[in-house]
Amino acid sequence: MERGDKIKAGDVRTASRLIRDIEDSIPEAKATIKHIFPYTGKAQVVGITGSPGAGKSTIVDGLIETSRKKEQTVGVLAVDPTSPFTGGATLGDRIRMQRHSEDIGVFIRSLATRGSLGGLSKAVGDAIHVMDAMGKDVIFVETVGTGQQEVEIIHYAHTVIVVLVPGMGDEIQAIKAGIMEIADIFVINKADRDGAQKLQRELMTMIEMSHIPPGGWKPPVLTIRNSFKPEEFEQDLRTLSAKVREHYDFLISSDLIGDRQKRKRLHELNEAIRFSILEPVLEMLVKTGELDSMVEKLVKKESDPASLAEEIAKKYLQGCF
Amino acid sequence: MAKRKIRVMVAKPGLDGHDRGARVLARCFRDAGFEVIYTGCHQTPAQIAASAIQEDVDLVGLSCLSGAHRYLFPQVVNLLKEKGADDITVIGGGIIPNQDFQKLYDAGIKAIFVPGTTLDTIVNWVNKNVKPVERK
Ligand code: B12
Ligand SMILES: Nc1nc2c(ncn2[C@@H]2O[C@H](COP(=O)(O)OP(=O)(O)OP(=O)(O)O)[C@@H](O)[C@H]2O)c(=O)[nH]1
Ligand SMILES: [Mg+2]
Repeated sequence: MERGDKIKAGDVRTASRLIRDIEDSIPEAKATIKHIFPYTGKAQVVGITGSPGAGKSTIVDGLIETSRKKEQTVGVLAVDPTSPFTGGATLGDRIRMQRHSEDIGVFIRSLATRGSLGGLSKAVGDAIHVMDAMGKDVIFVETVGTGQQEVEIIHYAHTVIVVLVPGMGDEIQAIKAGIMEIADIFVINKADRDGAQKLQRELMTMIEMSHIPPGGWKPPVLTIRNSFKPEEFEQDLRTLSAKVREHYDFLISSDLIGDRQKRKRLHELNEAIRFSILEPVLEMLVKTGELDSMVEKLVKKESDPASLAEEIAKKYLQGCF
Repeated sequence: MAKRKIRVMVAKPGLDGHDRGARVLARCFRDAGFEVIYTGCHQTPAQIAASAIQEDVDLVGLSCLSGAHRYLFPQVVNLLKEKGADDITVIGGGIIPNQDFQKLYDAGIKAIFVPGTTLDTIVNWVNKNVKPVERK
């Protein structure tokens, strides 16, 4: 069987290896992705982001459970940071989800960022395609613990859940810049702690003040009381799961799903262009030594970056100029 | 083309709660440049085998200080074999008496490390014996 066919048949080993080949930039992997691309686009993709230790993995674990109770099949991509010093990574999200490891309806795969700065791995787009082509109904993508800049999840998810915890200081300050704009649903985790209500009020005020167009989606602020109390946790997770569904239905009924789809595809095309056009040209410039001599020219003020770039475009991208 | 990365899983089978060694090891593997999946304590052999396959690891490292290694370690090897994943190298460590070594080797455990082993020894063994993707 072709590799792509094995993926479509749901083979976990083949899928995980393909994801690995993508992470390791093995050229053959691209061919398989081309092969499975027509079979993608069916899965619902849910992003989970928030500060380090906020409880993202614990919540994903709960969401897996609710999805399985609805007899949906589940894929999870859990991203953790690569150490910039050693290139190694501890991928620890999985610990919180181990009760599902034997369930054949659940496929959990950890990814390291490998230097990507947006809170994800550069393989994540294709990894979503792989799980999608395997026929997973829902795919949860957990980002690394984020600050403010890591908003790349917006390019991949239909619904973005932002997890916050009370008592971490200036949460609101942090979310104003960036994270705020990407949230479709806010979750206040560890809400049995002091400050949860205050945080919820502040968030709601902020949402009220933001400009939501008429008929637009107003991000709800949910709470999860305590993941160590199973009944409470399950109850709160059911509410969250229902909201995720509601947001997805909203995207469909308001025809916004097309916009999100386009946004995803545009981002992918951008990445593919970078990969297929920019990188080969850069590689060529390095190989021929042109890059070095251009840098020399700039240092000596014999030329300027824009002129050099135009020169490169004329030489390597015939037809554009 | 980027270089292949070694992916390893550190797992604690059974009821043993001595997780310090496993954590130390997970950290040391990370510092050696590997991508490390740590499963936490109280894993069944079936959970470990399933996770190893989902994560496409080259190596599974089992840590056990309770004495249950005789039963648990071979089980992991057998389950991997059953799932057609016997190309994944399995090693172990913890409180393991000398007289058990041969039985474990026979069962398919490729190496055993006991208290006092330096982390360098372990990392060197992995670098020498585990080739990412093109395993065995
Ligand atoms: C610290 C400790 C504890 C701590 C554990 C803290 C923790 N979270 O880890 C506490 C106090 C909780 C504890 C409790 C118990 N302990 Co205790 N504990 C120890 C002690 C003193 C040190 C273990 C340790 O952390 N070593 C440091 C780490 C870094 O070393 P390591 O794990 O051995 O790892 C090294 C190697 O073994 C190897 N390695 C280990 N795993 C792996 C895996 C791989 C893949 C590789 C490559 C290498 C490798 O590499 C490491 C580096 O060299 C040992 C005695 C000893 N000297 O080993 C007893 C010991 C392990 N405990 C013992 C016992 C009996 C218990 C209890 C049952 C006591 C009781 N009656 O309540 C409980 C059970 C706890 C439980 N839930 O399982 C016995 C086990 C006897 C046996 N196996 O026959 C020991 C041997 C003490 C003894 N001599 O009797 N314990
Ligand atoms: N008190 C309390 N602790 C919780 C709750 N939910 C999760 N935790 C704990 O918070 C810690 C972090 O939880 P994770 O789910 O791993 O958090 P995370 O956001 O995935 O963490 P990173 O991926 O490392 O950024 C763990 O020790 C959890 O047990 C909760 O509702 N209440
Ligand atoms: Mg996590």
